[in-house]
Amino acid sequence: MLKGTPFHSRVQALCVSHDWRRWAGYIVASRYALAVDWEYHAIRNSAALIDVSPLYKYLIEGPGAERLLCRVMTRDVRRLRPGRAAYTVWCDDHGKALDDGVVARLGPERFRLTAADPNLRWLELNARGLDVTIRDVSAAQAALAVQGPLSRTILERAAEQDLGDLAYFGLVEGAIAGTPVVISRTGYTGDLGYELFLPADGALAVWDHLMAVGGPYQLTPAGMLALDMARIEAGLILIEVDYTSARHALIPEQRSSPYELGLGWTVDLDRPGSFVGRRALEAEIRDGSPWTIAGLEVDWPSLEALFARVDLPPAVPHVAWRGSAPVYAGGREVGYATSGVFSPLLKKTIALATLRTGHAAPGTELAFEVTVEHMRRRAAAQVVATPFFDPPRKRARLQVVAGSAPA
Amino acid sequence: MSGPYDAIIIGGGHNGLVTAAYLARAGRRVLVLEKRPVLGGAAVTEEVFPGFRYSVFSYVVSLLRPEIVRELELAGHGLHILPLESTFTPLENGDHLVRWGDHDQTMWALRRHSLRDAEAYDEYGRMMSLMARAVKPILNTPPPDIAGFDPSHWRDLLSLGRHFLGLERDQLYAFVKLMTMSAADFLDEWFETEGLKATMSASGIIGTRLGPRSPGTAYVLLHHYMGEIDGVFRAWGFAKGGTGAISEAIAGAARAAGAEIRTEAGVTAVLVNGGTAVGVALESGEEIRATLVVSSLDPRRTFVDLVPATALPADFLADIHAFRFDGSSAKVNLALDGLPDFTALPGPGPHLRGAISISPSIDYLERAYDDAKYGRHSRRPYMDIIIPSLLDPAMAPPGKHVMSIFVQYAPYDLREGAWDDKREALGDAVVNTLAEFAPNIKDRILHRQVLTPLDIERMTGLSEGNIFQGELTLHQLFFLRPAARWSRYRTPIRGYWQCGSGTHPGGGVMGAPGRLAALEILGHGLSPA
Repeated sequence: MLKGTPFHSRVQALCVSHDWRRWAGYIVASRYALAVDWEYHAIRNSAALIDVSPLYKYLIEGPGAERLLCRVMTRDVRRLRPGRAAYTVWCDDHGKALDDGVVARLGPERFRLTAADPNLRWLELNARGLDVTIRDVSAAQAALAVQGPLSRTILERAAEQDLGDLAYFGLVEGAIAGTPVVISRTGYTGDLGYELFLPADGALAVWDHLMAVGGPYQLTPAGMLALDMARIEAGLILIEVDYTSARHALIPEQRSSPYELGLGWTVDLDRPGSFVGRRALEAEIRDGSPWTIAGLEVDWPSLEALFARVDLPPAVPHVAWRGSAPVYAGGREVGYATSGVFSPLLKKTIALATLRTGHAAPGTELAFEVTVEHMRRRAAAQVVATPFFDPPRKRARLQVVAGSAPA
Repeated sequence: MSGPYDAIIIGGGHNGLVTAAYLARAGRRVLVLEKRPVLGGAAVTEEVFPGFRYSVFSYVVSLLRPEIVRELELAGHGLHILPLESTFTPLENGDHLVRWGDHDQTMWALRRHSLRDAEAYDEYGRMMSLMARAVKPILNTPPPDIAGFDPSHWRDLLSLGRHFLGLERDQLYAFVKLMTMSAADFLDEWFETEGLKATMSASGIIGTRLGPRSPGTAYVLLHHYMGEIDGVFRAWGFAKGGTGAISEAIAGAARAAGAEIRTEAGVTAVLVNGGTAVGVALESGEEIRATLVVSSLDPRRTFVDLVPATALPADFLADIHAFRFDGSSAKVNLALDGLPDFTALPGPGPHLRGAISISPSIDYLERAYDDAKYGRHSRRPYMDIIIPSLLDPAMAPPGKHVMSIFVQYAPYDLREGAWDDKREALGDAVVNTLAEFAPNIKDRILHRQVLTPLDIERMTGLSEGNIFQGELTLHQLFFLRPAARWSRYRTPIRGYWQCGSGTHPGGGVMGAPGRLAALEILGHGLSPA
């Protein structure tokens, strides 16, 4: 059977839409309310509470922990100081991405890896000969994202702790409602936000306390649909939606390198020593990457004109879509968009697209396939830099938001 | 329609019927001769006890070639395959393991035993499917004679070679391991949970006189991964109405195309005149002439029983005599007045609607095999059980059930005693072993049919009761099935052809030998009318 997360009793009580979906064998809310709008706007306007417990979580400890992660990750984990986290990719021997996630350095010899897919077997295969223990704490640890402009205010009150110094991708230990939590300034929304990692048995107390403290700030439980909209605006790719893990690919063409995923910045080739996929990645730097994931902005007047031809106003979906929409350059198919949304904030139709590298430079004019009254049409679109939405508060050390002055 | 016939098919099993259907659809005049009153050979449904209908022998379907279903329009002839979604393994410590139709449900079930195995399971499945996809074209290709000079053979060989070269390096290495390792060793490289390894290894030993630790059994794992229903690899199903419904659908297709089918018409000899087959003689004494004679019987029946030894080259006949059958499996069919209640997962539930595998550990299976090695039936046998009445309610009266138990090992050639005296002892071993896991079973049994390998041989004609018409071991596959130089459905006798599971690509309710034989006949022996 499917499992509920440690927050399930609270989530179930609030999920009046009964719109559920699966995530890693858990049942999670797609949306709580019947209309998804407020959950999305909470992320950008106040703060949203998102249950992200189904993430796979591994504790990697011991004298060999750093070496293991250096060996596996594209990023140079040695440069990660305790109390810092880093987004990274890991590859197979062919330099193709297996998964992406966040490595947090909890101590000199203690790391936590969060991942979309199970990775215990892969980590253990690579840990042979190293003095390291790997524990799958996916079920033992609950995870909760508090995301949005008021997230800091709410968390500071809930944890009775100043977070003004906590930098982007920084971690700090704290306690909420008597439960020890690790507060990590990370998230999947591209906004100011935090993720909390806590023992599963403290989950309900933490949820209740956050909801009580966050109430006056419109802290709103948000489901996966709202999160999906926010992550597309943030230009963050999603495994098995925007790319296929090399582990699941059925043919070589389905695999992608970190460079093709726009994650070349996580690949550190300057460091000494080997890591999984290094040779292939070096070769790719030399030879170039055939594909690139890029942002696409669909030209609104062009879309409007296509609908006007059949006497309709432009119809855009109000939630994010996933699929494969062909993208053309001068009549030739040069790629495909894998997820997109009409951004209620930006008032733009945006998408993440995998494009032939020659057509992926910002400013490139392309055409994007849309279905208008059952007919396939092409709307003008332009390659743009991501994130589509990137507010300064995401990274800022200090900020002043109305109503957030310390009590 | 009556003679003269273009082709006589000996045996109305599924392969004989497939060959008949293809030849008839090509406009040839075809006669099928079946010894028994029912069609299907080992793929039959019979009402063994009043109100209780059984897939008497073969009981599940996966390998039936999709092109046969499509080309013979079997759905239109009544074939309806129901899904067999799960595999339930009760364990000896009172725990259980279930692999479900749903990925997440299986993941949680496996994670309870081992996080590593839950992960490895996905990767293993993907690797096996990729390999099966690369190897699968073999199922649709007549085996080339690698030592011959016929250019068409080389064309086939090249096209197969291309598929193998399409495998990635890692998969190619894994394939070599599969060809050489035992199922247990191969699975040891992937998994740590005993019940999981044992249940998976079982598909490497079904129908063979080999144990999970015998080299070569890993390949048979792959053979079973080639199963395909609706384009989904490795899906198992149950034919509504029992396995006989498959034979009936194929027979329907053959009849619709004009084939004539006669039951209770056992063939006693193939008439050979000047090195050429000219017809057959029946038990009744009747003789029927035809341009071609095609045997769907196993190689021993086809070449030893039906034609005079003098009609065949000595070295070929020596190969046929050396062809191993080693029947090792038995079948127990029960009529039940209620469902079994398994201690490991009590009560009725969806786990009873799938396969139930009595394979708690590799050691358990290997011990079952040890008995057979020394000429005894397993005291605690491996069993693959289904309850067809939970899938198709028409198989039993309302509230009652039929249970199909595939039993291994039961060696054809007992070291001591005779099967006619040991039949009920085997039945008792089966019921007693099952009762260890489902104690209420003894009180539920209304009727019991025990089919020893000898019974299977007597009823279906399968030599030594081998369900595949000869062991599916590497030295009896592909261009060596049934004998070197004679793997392309021809025989040393002109006008005499073979189309049974004893030819490439082998047994299981697959139909591929029957179809390939028909295509070969139409290409070389009889052109379409």
